[in-house]
Amino acid sequence: MRGWRLERRAERSRLALVLAPVAALLATLALTSLLVAWAGAPVGRAYALLLEGGFGSRFAIAETLTRATPLILTGLAAALAFRARLYNIGAEGQLYLGALAAVAVGGLHGGEGFLAAVPVWLLLTAMLLAAAAAGALLLLGPALAKSRLGVDEVVTTLLLNFIVLLLVSAMLDGPMKDPGALGWPQSVAIADALQLDKLVGRSRVHSGLLLALAAALALWALLRWTTLGFEIRAVGANARAAAFAGMPVGAVTVKVALLSGALAGLAGAVEVAGRAGYVTLDMAPGVGYSGIVIAMLAGLHPLGVVAASVFVAGVLVGADSMSRAVNVPTYIADVIVALALISMLVASVAVHYRFPPKRPSAASPRGGAASGPAEPDPRRPLENGARRG
Amino acid sequence: MKTARGAAEMAETLDLLAGAPFWVAVLRIATPLILGTLGVLLCERAGVLNLGIEGIMVAGAFAGWVTVYQGGPLWAGVAVAAAVGAAFGLLHAGLTVGLALSQHVSGLAITLLATSLASYAYRVSFPKVDSPPTITPFQPMQWLGVPVLSAQTALTLLALGLVPLIAYALYRTPLGLAIRMVGENPQAAEGQGLSVARLRTGAVVAGSALMGVAGAFLTLAAFNAFYFNMVNGRGWVCVALVVFASWRPGKALLGALLFGFFDALQLRLQQAGDGLFGIDIPYQVYLMLPYAMAIAALVLVARRAAYPQALMKPYRKGER
Repeated sequence: MRGWRLERRAERSRLALVLAPVAALLATLALTSLLVAWAGAPVGRAYALLLEGGFGSRFAIAETLTRATPLILTGLAAALAFRARLYNIGAEGQLYLGALAAVAVGGLHGGEGFLAAVPVWLLLTAMLLAAAAAGALLLLGPALAKSRLGVDEVVTTLLLNFIVLLLVSAMLDGPMKDPGALGWPQSVAIADALQLDKLVGRSRVHSGLLLALAAALALWALLRWTTLGFEIRAVGANARAAAFAGMPVGAVTVKVALLSGALAGLAGAVEVAGRAGYVTLDMAPGVGYSGIVIAMLAGLHPLGVVAASVFVAGVLVGADSMSRAVNVPTYIADVIVALALISMLVASVAVHYRFPPKRPSAASPRGGAASGPAEPDPRRPLENGARRG
Repeated sequence: MKTARGAAEMAETLDLLAGAPFWVAVLRIATPLILGTLGVLLCERAGVLNLGIEGIMVAGAFAGWVTVYQGGPLWAGVAVAAAVGAAFGLLHAGLTVGLALSQHVSGLAITLLATSLASYAYRVSFPKVDSPPTITPFQPMQWLGVPVLSAQTALTLLALGLVPLIAYALYRTPLGLAIRMVGENPQAAEGQGLSVARLRTGAVVAGSALMGVAGAFLTLAAFNAFYFNMVNGRGWVCVALVVFASWRPGKALLGALLFGFFDALQLRLQQAGDGLFGIDIPYQVYLMLPYAMAIAALVLVARRAAYPQALMKPYRKGER
C-alpha cells in the first residue's frame, strides 16, 4: 500500500468515458452471476428473463416507466442536494410525508360536496403543492441545523425517515384510516377525479412520468443557466471559497433543501395519485434510498437521473419477473443495483485518475530517478520545471 | 381527578424504574449500541465516516446466526460475524482510502450491498419458511452473581470490556496515537513516516468487525432468529451516538446506556398502555422517542462537537 498513489489525469479520453459504464455493468453482471448460480438457476437464462421482464415487451416497458416515475423525482432530490453537498438521505421520509399531505388535501375529508364546489385543477394543484411543501419543510429542519449549528445532516435526515414512517403508521391507524379497509392499514383514498391520467391504454404509466421528466429538465436548466444554479455548483465545489466570494452559503443550502425536499415530497403525491390512490406503509419501499443510488449512478446530472432511474426500475421490474420464473430471490435486484453503484464509482476513478508506476523503469525516456514522482504533474508545471532545472 | 391519576401513574413509573428487570433491559438494549458505537468511533478517529454500519450489522446478524444454525458453536458465530464485518470494512477502506471516493456514498453503497446480500442469502438458504428458524442463543451469565449483569449474556461483558480496552489503545499506545493522528492531520502523520493508508484501512476493518459483532448480538443473544428489519436504524443511531460522545469511548458507553434507558422506558410506558397522564397516545409515538432523542442529542452537542479534523477528507499522497 505504501507506494499507492492516484494522479488526476490531465485529459479524460472520450473512449474511457464511454467504456467505463459498460465495463462497470459487465463487472456487476459477472459478480451477480455467481449469486444466481448459487441459487441454482441457469445464469444465461436468468439474465435473459431479467432483460425481457424489464424491457422486453410493451407491458414490461410500461411497468418499468411506472416504477421509474417516483425514482426520477427522488433521484433528482438527491442529485440536487448532493450537488450542494447537502447530504439529504431523507428522501424516503419526505416522500411519505408528501404522500400523507396529498391525501390530507385530496382525500374526501370535505365530502363529495366539497369536490363539486372546487374545480379539479385547483384541487390537483393544491394537492401537489401540499406534498411538495411537506417534503420541503421536513428537510428544512436538518438544513437549518446544518447551516446554523453545524449538525451533520446525514444522521438527522436518516433518523427522520424512521420517525416519519412511524407517523404514517400512526395516521393509518388513526385520523387517516380507511374505515372500509377491514383493518388493513391504509389511508382513505383521494377523490377519483384527482387520479392522474393513464398515458397509454391498458398500462399503469401515468402522467406523473411527464411531471418527473419536466422536473428533470427544469432542474437541468436551473443548474446550468440561473444564478442559483451557479451558486449551488459553487457551494458544492468549495463552500469556503463560495463564502469568500460573497455568496450566501447558508441561504443557498436552505434553498437547495427546500427544492430537494419538495421534489421528494412530490414523488409521494405522484405515487398516491398515479397508482393506488391511497397511502400504505409499503407503497414505495426503498424509493427514497434508491434515489440516492440513482443520483450517484447519474453522476448527479439531472438528465442522467432519468436514464439511471429507468435502468434501476428495469432491474427491479425484471428481477420480479425473473424471480417468478427461475426461483431467484427478488433481492437480487438490490444486489445488482448496489454492485452497479460500486462498480461505477471504481470506473469513475479509472476515468479521472491513473495509477502511475511505483518505480519508473530505467528505460523510460525521461530516465526516471530512483526517488521522486516519475511523471511530471500536469497541474504543477512550475514545480516540474523547477525540479528539472 | 386528572392530576391524581397522573400522580398515581408517575408513582407506578417510578416503581418500574426501581426494579431490576428495567435495568436489565437497559443494558440489553445498550449492548449492540456500545459495540456499534465503538466501531464507528474507531473508523471516525482514523478519519473515515462509515455509513456502512447499518448494512454491516444486518450482514453480521445473518452471518453469525447462520453459522450457529449450521451447527457451529456460538462463539464461532461471533467470529464469523466479525469476519464478515471486517470484509465489508476492507471494501469500504478500499473505496474510500485506496481510491479516495466519497465516504458518504461508499458507506451508503455498502449498507445497500450488505443488506441486500444478507436478505438474498437468507432467501436462498430458506426459500419457504413461515416462521424464521431459531437457534439456541447465548444464555445469561447466572454464575456471575452481579445483580443486573448476571442476567446478561457474555457478549454484553465483551462490549463492556472493550470500552476501557479501546480507550487504552487509543490514548495510551503508539498505535492509538497514530490512528488519532491520521484522523486529525494525515499530512503530519505521513511526515512522521506513518502510512496513512494502512492505518486508516486497519481502523476501518477493526471498526467494521465490531459492527458485525453488534449485529450478531441481535441474532445470537437478544433474539434467536434472523428477521429482515431487525437492525431497524440502530446503526444510524450509533453514528449519532459517536458525535454525542465526542469520539471518546467512555462517553460512548454513557451515550449508549442513556439511549438504552430511554428506549427501555418507552417500551415500559407503551406496555403500561394507558397513555401518559390520562391522554391516549398511539404506540408509534413511543417508538419515535428513541430516534427523536438521538436527533436532540446531536443538536444539543452540535456547538461543541469536536469532529476529527480530517474526517470525510480523503487523503491523496502528495496532494494538499
